[in-house]
Amino acid sequence: MSIVRPYGDTTGDGMVQLSFTLPVPHDKRAEGAAVQLANKMGMDPALVVHSKPIGPDFTFFVVYGPVNHLVDTSKVEVIERDYPLLSPKEVNLAIRKGLRRRLTVVGACIGTDAHTVGIDAILNIKGFAGEKGLEYYRELKVVNLGAQVAVPELVRRAKADKADAILVSQVVTQREAHVLNTKEMSAAFREAYAEDARPVLVAGGPRFTEQMAGELGVDRVFGRGTTPGEVASYLVDALVTKKIPAKRSA
Amino acid sequence: MTGAVKKLDLDPVTVRKARSLARKAGKPIVKLAQQHTTVSVERAVLRLAGLTGADTEGIPWVNRLADTVRADVGLEHGLALPVWDALVRGQAEDLAVLAQKAASGSVTFRMPEGRDLARARSAARKAATAGMKRIDGRRRERDRLIKRHGDPEQRPWIYLIVATGDIYEDIPQAQAAAREGADIIAVIRSTGQSLLDYVPEGATREGFAGTYATQENFRLMRAALDDSSRELGRYVRLTNYASGLCMPEIATLAGLERLDMMLNDSMYGILFRDINPIRTFVDQRFSRQIHARAGIIINTGEDNYLTTADAVEAAHTVTVSQLLNEYFAKEAGLEDWQLGLGHAFEINPDLPDSFRMELAHAMLARQLFPNAPLKWMPPTRHMTGDVFRGYLLDGFFNLVGAMTGQGILLVGMMTEAVVTPWISDRDLALQNVRYVLGAAGNLHEDFRPEPNGFIAQRARQVLGESVELLEEIVDDGLLNAIGDGTFGLMKRPQDAGRGLDGVAKKSSEYYNPAIELLEEGTR
Repeated sequence: MSIVRPYGDTTGDGMVQLSFTLPVPHDKRAEGAAVQLANKMGMDPALVVHSKPIGPDFTFFVVYGPVNHLVDTSKVEVIERDYPLLSPKEVNLAIRKGLRRRLTVVGACIGTDAHTVGIDAILNIKGFAGEKGLEYYRELKVVNLGAQVAVPELVRRAKADKADAILVSQVVTQREAHVLNTKEMSAAFREAYAEDARPVLVAGGPRFTEQMAGELGVDRVFGRGTTPGEVASYLVDALVTKKIPAKRSA
Repeated sequence: MTGAVKKLDLDPVTVRKARSLARKAGKPIVKLAQQHTTVSVERAVLRLAGLTGADTEGIPWVNRLADTVRADVGLEHGLALPVWDALVRGQAEDLAVLAQKAASGSVTFRMPEGRDLARARSAARKAATAGMKRIDGRRRERDRLIKRHGDPEQRPWIYLIVATGDIYEDIPQAQAAAREGADIIAVIRSTGQSLLDYVPEGATREGFAGTYATQENFRLMRAALDDSSRELGRYVRLTNYASGLCMPEIATLAGLERLDMMLNDSMYGILFRDINPIRTFVDQRFSRQIHARAGIIINTGEDNYLTTADAVEAAHTVTVSQLLNEYFAKEAGLEDWQLGLGHAFEINPDLPDSFRMELAHAMLARQLFPNAPLKWMPPTRHMTGDVFRGYLLDGFFNLVGAMTGQGILLVGMMTEAVVTPWISDRDLALQNVRYVLGAAGNLHEDFRPEPNGFIAQRARQVLGESVELLEEIVDDGLLNAIGDGTFGLMKRPQDAGRGLDGVAKKSSEYYNPAIELLEEGTR
């Protein structure tokens, strides 16, 4: 059966619970407004089971009721990640077994961008969204060059540290600077390395979309909301499972 | 606060030993801090003397001036003598003009000698004294306002975070939070500010997951909370972060703008921001001296270790860090009432007896530091996005806070790790706190763990492990211990990390009027 409804306590009852705040004072009219919103969301009848003022100007509601929408599970489209998501333990194990040495990641904010929020969220042990950053992974050697790193300096450090992967972040950008900076970076790495020896190039930032990898000349792009675990899992997939640099020449 | 004291039968000899080991471990670090200075310590002197503002690129004048002086005469003598020598020589009528001239390259700095030296020294001291007087005045002002409006009725004080990125959004949110019951408002900083080697200027409206700490933002928020204090009839405290590369400057600005609490951990920047250890220890000593003078309560960051290391296995590293933070704080002149030593409710809730262990750890901290307003931090690591379970977990966290007489309770959000708190999240979280504190009442008066039961034994075990770790640290040296990954599993060698190029060993001619005044300690 591909058509389903939410389940409360009886098949097909369609029951859902909902909570939200409206920017209105707490009174009868506010409750009516909450019912109206719930109705428009497809809940009918909508039962306001709780309403409470939050200060003089806001009201919080909890609403229960059946929704009249149906969902068709056969029509759900899922964009599958093309690499498996691994836990830190699995990442470490895969590197230890597959590479038999630590995997070196060099990260930087390039160009004039001083906002290390993106690269730090991915690299710093403090991490992002409840996940620890790459520094937390025993088998990853992380070199975080910080902000405003010039491309030649990045290439130099990548060579000195024998980088397996380069992570560049671009957060604040004007007049497409994030695109130009990243293209400059990928071109510099192509010039400095033979294609089968070049580190995996990864660009990240809220202004990028995953489809831009080709245009930017990088191997992978990560957009807004990427977590360190996703990046680590990708690096394992690219460098350990698929051994990308060696395969490029083949 | 005394209710929970002496409930665990801790061996006083072991407790004394733990403190004396912390002192032994910390002493060489203090010495190191005394032998070095940093760009940020020197810039703090310029800020104390009243230099504000930034150039058209947004780089503060203190940075422009400091960079030029450093290029001319180096950092090792301190910046005060060459700067006030230039003023005494009539190179500019005041600091602001001097900074502009320095930036345009029309002044050259030198180290004064003989009579010029004496003149520069006394001019520098006079300028720093004026700033110190402003800080002292702010402290008296706080005392007056607390007297007028009163302290919160209950302990723990309720600590809430706002973080919109826009100071003008933060203000109504902070005032709403105060109305809903918050005693302390913390404005989280924009991600990445800790790694900026300058303090941004002015009122800011664009931050990432937080709002920039600037002098103007401090002033605006403090003024708004003064209004709230009047309205609510209790003094609402304001908190920010003295951490990262500009720790000494931010501490100074906090003193000048009457902030009430500052996050100020001795090792956080080293471990979690990869800031050079020497830079951090020099900066934190100066900033703690300022906090001591300004009557600011510091909050330390032990909760962070438990977000990376296991809260059961690493419980003793929290105790060790608290003891080190206590030593460094007292050495810098802070008193017990100013030590918001951190700890957190981060044990995996799926473990059997996890609540008993949380109680044991919290009671241990309470009893080891009976006169400090401990800062009790909510669960983050095991908050999963299941907001209903998270709400229950926060309830248990609040219960530990009530049962163990914590001084400051950071309100946990059921939407931790999901979204930055919504207005309803905050309201629900405060209801949770109020219910638990009200329902538990003075439960701590009745609650006495079995002298040889699980809780007492666990506390003794953690204390024992702390002493063992402190012994290792004393043998190895604290800097080496940090380099080996003892805390939070991070390895931070002393010759690496950010901000190392901003550190210099003091020369025999070094002079810093702020440090001189702080160490004289006369108010």
